Amino acid sequence: MNRAAPPNYLEAGYTLKSWLLTTDHKRIAVLYLLGISFFFAVGAIAAALIRLDLVTPAPDLLTNEGYNRAFSLHGIVMVWFFLIPSIPNTFGNFLIPLMIGARDLAFPRLNLASWYIYMTGGLLTLFVVVTGGVDTGWTFYTPLSSIYANGNVVAALTAVLISGFSSILTGINFIATIHKLRAPGMTWGRLPLFVWSHYATSLILVLATPVLAITLLLVAAERVLGLGIFDPRLGGDPILFQHLFWFYSHPAVYIMILPAIGVVSELVTASAHKRIFGYWFVAYASLAIAAIGFLVWGHHMFVAGQSIYASAAFSFLSIAVAVPSAIKVYNWTATLYKGSISWDAPMLFACGFIGLFVAGGLTGLMLAMLAIDVHVTDTYFVVAHFHYIMVGGAVTAFFGALHFWWPKITGRLYPEAWGRVAALLIFVGFNLTFFPQFMLGYQGMPRRYHVYPESFQVLNVLSSAGASILGAGYLLPLGYLLWSLFKGARAGPNPREAVGLEWTTSSPPPPHNFTTQPIVTHEAYDYPPPGNEG
Amino acid sequence: MSLPITLWPTAASAHARHIDWLIGAFGVLVWLLALPVFLVSLYFMIRYRRGRAIDRQHAPRGSVLIETSWAAIPFLLVLVFYVWSTTLFFNLQSPPQDALTINVVAKQWMWKAQHPGGAAEIDALHVPAHTPVKLVMTSQDVIHSLYLPALRIKKDVLPGRYTMLWFQADRLGSYALRCAEFCGTDHSAMTGKLVVMSPGDYAKWQQQASLDGSLAAKGAVLFRKFGCSGCHSSGSSVHAPPLAGLYGSPVPLADGRMVSADDQYIHDSILQPNRDVAAGYAPIMPTFDNVLDETQVTQLVAYVKSIGREEQ
Repeated sequence: MNRAAPPNYLEAGYTLKSWLLTTDHKRIAVLYLLGISFFFAVGAIAAALIRLDLVTPAPDLLTNEGYNRAFSLHGIVMVWFFLIPSIPNTFGNFLIPLMIGARDLAFPRLNLASWYIYMTGGLLTLFVVVTGGVDTGWTFYTPLSSIYANGNVVAALTAVLISGFSSILTGINFIATIHKLRAPGMTWGRLPLFVWSHYATSLILVLATPVLAITLLLVAAERVLGLGIFDPRLGGDPILFQHLFWFYSHPAVYIMILPAIGVVSELVTASAHKRIFGYWFVAYASLAIAAIGFLVWGHHMFVAGQSIYASAAFSFLSIAVAVPSAIKVYNWTATLYKGSISWDAPMLFACGFIGLFVAGGLTGLMLAMLAIDVHVTDTYFVVAHFHYIMVGGAVTAFFGALHFWWPKITGRLYPEAWGRVAALLIFVGFNLTFFPQFMLGYQGMPRRYHVYPESFQVLNVLSSAGASILGAGYLLPLGYLLWSLFKGARAGPNPREAVGLEWTTSSPPPPHNFTTQPIVTHEAYDYPPPGNEG
Repeated sequence: MSLPITLWPTAASAHARHIDWLIGAFGVLVWLLALPVFLVSLYFMIRYRRGRAIDRQHAPRGSVLIETSWAAIPFLLVLVFYVWSTTLFFNLQSPPQDALTINVVAKQWMWKAQHPGGAAEIDALHVPAHTPVKLVMTSQDVIHSLYLPALRIKKDVLPGRYTMLWFQADRLGSYALRCAEFCGTDHSAMTGKLVVMSPGDYAKWQQQASLDGSLAAKGAVLFRKFGCSGCHSSGSSVHAPPLAGLYGSPVPLADGRMVSADDQYIHDSILQPNRDVAAGYAPIMPTFDNVLDETQVTQLVAYVKSIGREEQ
């Protein structure tokens, strides 16, 4: 044992203080991983209550009020305290400096501050739960939220408002880091696609989140001070809220999915040991999604009473935003051609992502069609669609990333066979949960319905059965990943024989990532040309 | 139906069947776009799995031609459906002139429909088949959404504003009517039924259900009861705009704008009289916001409409 070797970041300190006051991006990423895992569990418990209650058409498990609080909590926690920070703040935080050859993010203390802000918002949300809950849905539509709703609406608005500042700080940090801290030779054209997609995500975080803050403050002003902004009885306009809310919340969908897309580009190339097909198309597609994503918010309002000409324009733009997503999917497929494809868990998660993302994207195109949307908007068709994107897409990619970079983060190998089983369980459970919901929606079951007609029961039972398989799929990795922390084989620097700067340093990496300054001489995914190897 | 499952919902109008065709045809396109990706990926995964000896040389790095075509071709195919669906959507916004108008008021958590002959009903909507029906809707409190799955249509129902939904049902029967916009505690109990009757049966039903006169007649009673007639009648000493013949005519406002005296204008003039003051009049009318509910406002609007036709 070479005693001069620097300790890795995990062994840089063992005290609570060494974790809570750390400025090492890798340690902060681990803090975030713990935080979002906790809130994922909170949101999942709410989801379990909802699915359990919906097994029967009658309201047996929860009261109407309790049911409304459960789905509101599920939405608020999953959107703002899991999905939005999930991949960027854990894997983005951990990997961006490693991938571009930097010692840390540009503003390490800001990075730690963003975690504390995030946790404050999250804990305030839990405070809302114990002080009566909130029953407005995560969308806070006015004048329900501003005037009529019972429950602790203002505290919930405050919690979300606080979490927004964490998003903004992270976005600023990533943009500054990617611009200023790239290693010598790491040109824009050599950036891993994971970094490109996080760059696009950061632009949305910085530009859209302030609009959410304004919107939430206006709702609070109407509720607390009685200022007439949204309630027509006070001279306001309820549709104004929807414009403001979706101007943030539609781009927010891309905050959730762009990092996942970046993950899949890494998983596919590393699993196939192959250069990405059409690097620049994939890179610019991320920026195109971020840009066009700001112009589609009105597609949430086709039946809300907005101008029909506005609706026609938003319908067209919503079709347009699908084009860069389609480009990515086709490029991943083409990347597999003549690859050397591993069937390990990360690749299986990537395949699961592609299948579910394609299904979610194409049903999104159906919803973009005005006449179809009039029938299926605000039904389970929409619920199924966005779960295909956010759970089938973003959460599957999150688990893919967790498996792919687990050896880098912990220095240990997880049992591959168990990883494959989890990937399969999650894929099967997910489809059984959410595919029946497309059928329920087309048959006319509105979302947020606690009580429903008996003719919808079979499909609801199927969905709840699927949710239990999905739950098992999510719990399984908790077991074997924790096991691997203690018993897993040592990973070594590059167990996947992948290219990329993060694989050139030891696992887990030293506190400042690299022992010598990396110098980049090749493009990303520069896998050695294959022979006719076995 | 005894099985607790239906696979395809009933369609009770030509529009509904049209939507079924649209989504069916679009569904075919969607599978045509998705299946090649799934099948080709699977083929590559098997053919080029790690450890298999196979020629992997000369893999392409990218191609502008291929990229452009797989971006453009699906987009253009989808645009065909864009034109189809947007046309259908625009039809939904233009009801025929002779449509039967039924007023709907939503509130937490019930639906109230008022028919022109004076019939009113709660959580039910009786309509004649083969007749264009136009619903003029508003909400007493939060946003609701009137959803008629058998007709494949819905529209949000807003406070302080009239929205419109029209249809022509052609299949007799009783169908679901649901609130689709989350509206608070008993949202999922805010349901009712849409009853499509033959035009003859509808006429009979309306006659039986209209015991206390037409909608406009009810409005006339309110017009006197709440003192509107004190100012808005020809013999009044108060300088207030005359209402006979007002409906549908242009109104010059004090601030120079010109508006049309439609349902919305009359509704707002009763509840927020100081918002759009007619030119030449002092803003002296009190608000009836906390005095009248939306049902009564609807009846007053119907009365103002009727004196346009009768008394001029």
